[in-house]
Order: sequence, then structure tokens, then C-alpha cells
Amino acid sequence: MKPLALISRITQLVPVLLGVSVIVFVMMALTPGDPVEIMLADQQATPEQVQAMRHDMGLDRPALERFGIFLSNALTGDFGLSFFHRRPVFDVIAERLPATIELTLAALLLALAISIPLGVVAAVKKNGVVDRLAAIGSLFGTSLPGFWFGIILIILFAVQFKLLPVSGRLDFGCEVPPVTHLMTVDSLLRGRPSCFADALSHLILPALTLSLPMAAVLTRVQRSAMLEVLRSDYIVFAEAKGISRRRILWRHALKNALVPTVTVAAIETGSLLGGNMVVETVFGWPGLGRLVVESIFVRNYPLVQAAVLLYAVTYVLLNFFADVLYTTLNPRVRL
Amino acid sequence: MHSTRSSATDMSAPLLSVRSLKTCFPTRAGLVTAVDGVDLDVYPGECLGIVGESGSGKSVTFASVIGLVRSPGYVAEGSIRFGGVDLRRLDSNGWRRLRGRDIAMTMQDALTALNPALTVAEQIEEVLLAHAEDLPKRGRQAAVRERAIEMLRLVGIPAPAKRIDDYPHQFSGGMRQRIMIAIALSCRPKLLIADEPTTALDVTIQAQVLDLISDLRRELGMSVVLITHDLGVVAEHTDRVAVMYAGQVVEAGPTRELIDRPKHPYTRGLIGLIPRLSDLDAPIRPIEGQVPELIGLGGICRFYDRCEFRASKCRTDISMIDVGPDHRARCIRVEEILQ
Repeated sequence: MKPLALISRITQLVPVLLGVSVIVFVMMALTPGDPVEIMLADQQATPEQVQAMRHDMGLDRPALERFGIFLSNALTGDFGLSFFHRRPVFDVIAERLPATIELTLAALLLALAISIPLGVVAAVKKNGVVDRLAAIGSLFGTSLPGFWFGIILIILFAVQFKLLPVSGRLDFGCEVPPVTHLMTVDSLLRGRPSCFADALSHLILPALTLSLPMAAVLTRVQRSAMLEVLRSDYIVFAEAKGISRRRILWRHALKNALVPTVTVAAIETGSLLGGNMVVETVFGWPGLGRLVVESIFVRNYPLVQAAVLLYAVTYVLLNFFADVLYTTLNPRVRL
Repeated sequence: MHSTRSSATDMSAPLLSVRSLKTCFPTRAGLVTAVDGVDLDVYPGECLGIVGESGSGKSVTFASVIGLVRSPGYVAEGSIRFGGVDLRRLDSNGWRRLRGRDIAMTMQDALTALNPALTVAEQIEEVLLAHAEDLPKRGRQAAVRERAIEMLRLVGIPAPAKRIDDYPHQFSGGMRQRIMIAIALSCRPKLLIADEPTTALDVTIQAQVLDLISDLRRELGMSVVLITHDLGVVAEHTDRVAVMYAGQVVEAGPTRELIDRPKHPYTRGLIGLIPRLSDLDAPIRPIEGQVPELIGLGGICRFYDRCEFRASKCRTDISMIDVGPDHRARCIRVEEILQ
């Protein structure tokens, strides 16, 4: 990766972020509902009190001015106060982010662990049993809504068989001093296997739900990439060398067939961010996705704006990362 | 062509002996018989040329020999004996041990035959490792790497120790072809099947690569099957030659003899296509027509439609007949034509 390419990518971020800020701001401004009314709904507030609060939060100023203030503050890294938490938005998000990162990483790993072997086997035994089952599975994976699948999993594993917890991230009693803020990792690092088991049991259903659509897409990508590679001359040549079938498949073929899968996986990770909102809500997962959903309901403008900007940055960075990965895996391409 | 031969290794038994080979491909249009009754012998140390146009079955014949006919194709009939072993009876493990060690193959285009994602080192070393029963376990990796570098040097890659860790795309076309040859020959096979080794190369590089193969054949004492559609290449580099047409061998014999005195109308047509330096003004006479579809042939000479000597008696299955010393052709009108 040349530094020039890096700089050009970072420059590309600027218009994207500006555009995203405008869109989010306009959407929030056009959405009916007023945070102050929602906050004071249960209290018998006088119009004067409402007015004072609106003034306090800056909501009485014209939209354009509010946007200007938001932009200039954001440029200095100040995203304002969350209306409801009365704390800096930045802190609130930072608090919730690790849970989302843990869930997303787990889903990504699961999706790769399912799709790569499945796609390879489906391609090698084309039209075989595994291939057909994978095709049906992929169809379900892409067409079933995540919340429905999540609820089915809860009913099955948590309610019927009582194997796994219904929701949350950790049972009380497992207080592990944070290192990475990822519960599964921290509990291992601190040598608390029981807490690790607990964290894992909470993680597995939401991660599975989140990974399913991605695993479905990646299986198809892996299968078709593998089929294409298996037809190529270098596979015939490798066979003519008398090396083992296993080596031909998992080294010669897969190293080439992984390129599209990994690239798509990196891009699709961005789409997990959207899935997070649904899955975190269904499983009561204390992450950013659920926070954003709640914040939208109560018109917590500063938080939603900051979170969406964060999503946009993540998305662009993931695309960038996908390009870098593509180069690393494919020695013929140099960015 | 399995009668007496005139070269130095006269008395020895053939290294490879193919009899009545038939290889088929099921297609939507019907069963394509890509190779139909091919008999071939390759003797130790010799270079056999296989000539024919695309679709004549020359590549499929040798894909059958090395057990790599692309699915859904299959060897339907015949025997393939190599060093006394019936290859059609090998299981997958037997094939694995044979390929690369006893019979090696190079492909037309090294750019597509070499794995773009693996270094040259890995692609040579893996063949050596797969067949390295003779190497001690301890220090095997180092020994294998040394032998890989040695192979690259043998085929004329400059600074092999430095370049071995490069990827195929970092080499020129001619160098890639050499690397592919180095891989094929790294276990000193008894037989090299070189499938169109020069088609993808510039003319200047072609001669170098062919000379390299000829030199290595002598140096390593192996046999070479040179598959090509270029009679000039055959004339210069082979001891004997078999001409294939529509899935059959139509003429076979010692190279000099066959080129000087071609008997089959098809071979005569092929040789007529080579422009001669002595007579550059002579018009090139192309063979009219196309290779027939290889579905449901039989009961007629396969060259019938394109043959300028066709007659009613050619409407039958033609077998190979002796037309000279170790020289056979699949034409019943040979005597009449030559007059």
C-alpha cells in the first residue's frame, strides 16, 4: 500500500462524512416529535419550563444554525451532550461500543467459520447433498428476517431447552476487571473460565442470528469462487505434480478462492452494523445498536448524529480494509 | 508404429504403450469420442512428436495417459501400460505417486499453469516433498530448497537462489515456461509430456525452450512426448512422429521418413502448408473444410469430406497399414495416390 493511496482514501472520507451529516440532520429535523416533550411527558411541565429546556438544549435556534454549531463542534471532536444521559455523547458511545464490537467480531468469525468450509465442500462435491443443503440454507439465510430468526432461537434454546440465557451480556456476579472490554476475551485474560463460559453462552445466540445472512452470502461467494478456481489450469497442473488432493484443495485452490470471500466479508461487515440494531434489541444486548434505536425513539439528536457518523466512518474504513486485504491475498494486484 | 524401429534404443521395450485407447465426453449433443482407437508407443530416451490441429485428440490422449481427463470425460476402452504397469488399474493413491515422479506434464501456457498466489519456491518444493521418500526427514526442508534452486539453475533462471521466492507474475513469459519445466522435471521423471510448450511464446523464445527440453532429455535420459501443431518443431526436435486427425492416429513413423515421404493425404496437406524458403513464391494450399464432429463417426474414412483423393471404397472403417519401414498410415488408397 502506497502512502498516496492512503491519503486519497482519507480524502474521500471528507465528502462522505459531510453528506452523511447533512442527511442525518435533515432526517432528524423532518421527523415529527420533540425530545423535550418526550422527556417531560409524564411531568406536568408549564410551557415556560418547556421553553426554558428547549433554550437550554439549543433547540429554539433555527435548524441551519444548529447544523452549523454541530459541524464546527464535531470538527473539534465535540459531539455535544446526550439529551437523556446528560453526559458527553462521546462517553456514552464509548461505553456501549465494546459490546457491539464483540458481537460483530463474533458474528464475523462465525460467518467465516460456517461459509468457507461449506462453500468449499459445496463446490468440490457440486450437486451433492452438502451443496444442495447449502443452497437451501443460503436461501433461508438471506430471506429470513433477523429478528424472527433470533426469536426462534430464543424460543428453542433459551425457553424450550433452557440451554442458553434469553438476553443480556453477562450474569451478575461476573465482574471482570476490563482489559479489552470484550467480555469473552477479558474473562480469559483474567483467568476466569466460568465467566468466559457465561459470556460465551450470552454471546452465541445473538452472534449466530447476526451472522446468518452474512454466512449465507459468503457461502455462495465461496462456492462460486472455488468452482471457478477448480476449473483453472493451475489446478490441473498441480494434479499432474502428484501432490495430495487435500493440498490442492486447501492450499492451491482455497488461497485463490478466498480472495473474493474475504473481500466481500470485509464489505459485508459494514452491513452487520445495521443488523446489530435489530439483533441487540431482540436479545437485550447492551451495545451501540440498541442505544441508537432507543435514541431514535426519544429523538436524542446528538447521539444519533454521532453514532451514524461513526457508522459511516466504519463503513468507509472497512471498504478500504477490503482493498488492502485484496492486495495482500492477491500478489498480482498492487494498489 | 510398434514394429521395428531404426533408432539407437532399438531392442528395448516401450516405456509407454497405449493400445486401442478410447476416451469419451458425454455432451448434450451426444457422446463425443475425442480419442478413438489410438495406438502409441514411447521408447526410453526418445522424443515422440504428436501433431494435429485443435480438436484432433492429441491433448486428450495424453490427459488419458496421465489420468487427468477433465470431468465428465472418461477413458472408455483400451490399455495404457507404463513400465509394465497397467495405469488403468491404478487407484487415486497410485496415480498420485506416479504423477510428477514417473510421468510429468507441462501445459501450454505457464501463466495459467502456475498458481498465481503461491511463490515459485513453494510450487517446486511441494513436488519434491510429495515424492521425497529418499530424503532424510531431518533437514528435508533445506535439502528440498537446495534441489529446487538447482532445478531453476538447470533450466536457466538467472540468480535462482534470489528469485525463487518471487511469484510467477514477476517473471517473463519465457522464464515462466522454464519454471514450469523445472517443476515438471524436478523429480527426474521417466516421461515428460510437453503439451504445446511453445504456443504461448514469442518465436525467438520458442527455439530456446525447445532446445532446453531437448538438452534436458539427453541430460536426464528421459523420454519426451512433444504435442504440437507445428510440423517445423516436430522436424527439428523429434525422433518419431504420430499425426492425429479427428481422434485417431492417421500416420506414424520416423520423423525424417514421414516428413520426406508423407503417405496420408492429411499429412501431405499439412506439409504442403509449410512455406519453404527455397520456394517462397509457391502458393500455400490450405486443406479445405473442417474437422468433423466427433459424434457417431464410423463406417467412413474420417478425412473423407476434406480429401482430394476420396473414392467410394473409402466409405468404410479404415485401419492402419504398413507403408514403409516402421511407417504406417490410415489410408487404403496410399498406393494409388502415390502413383
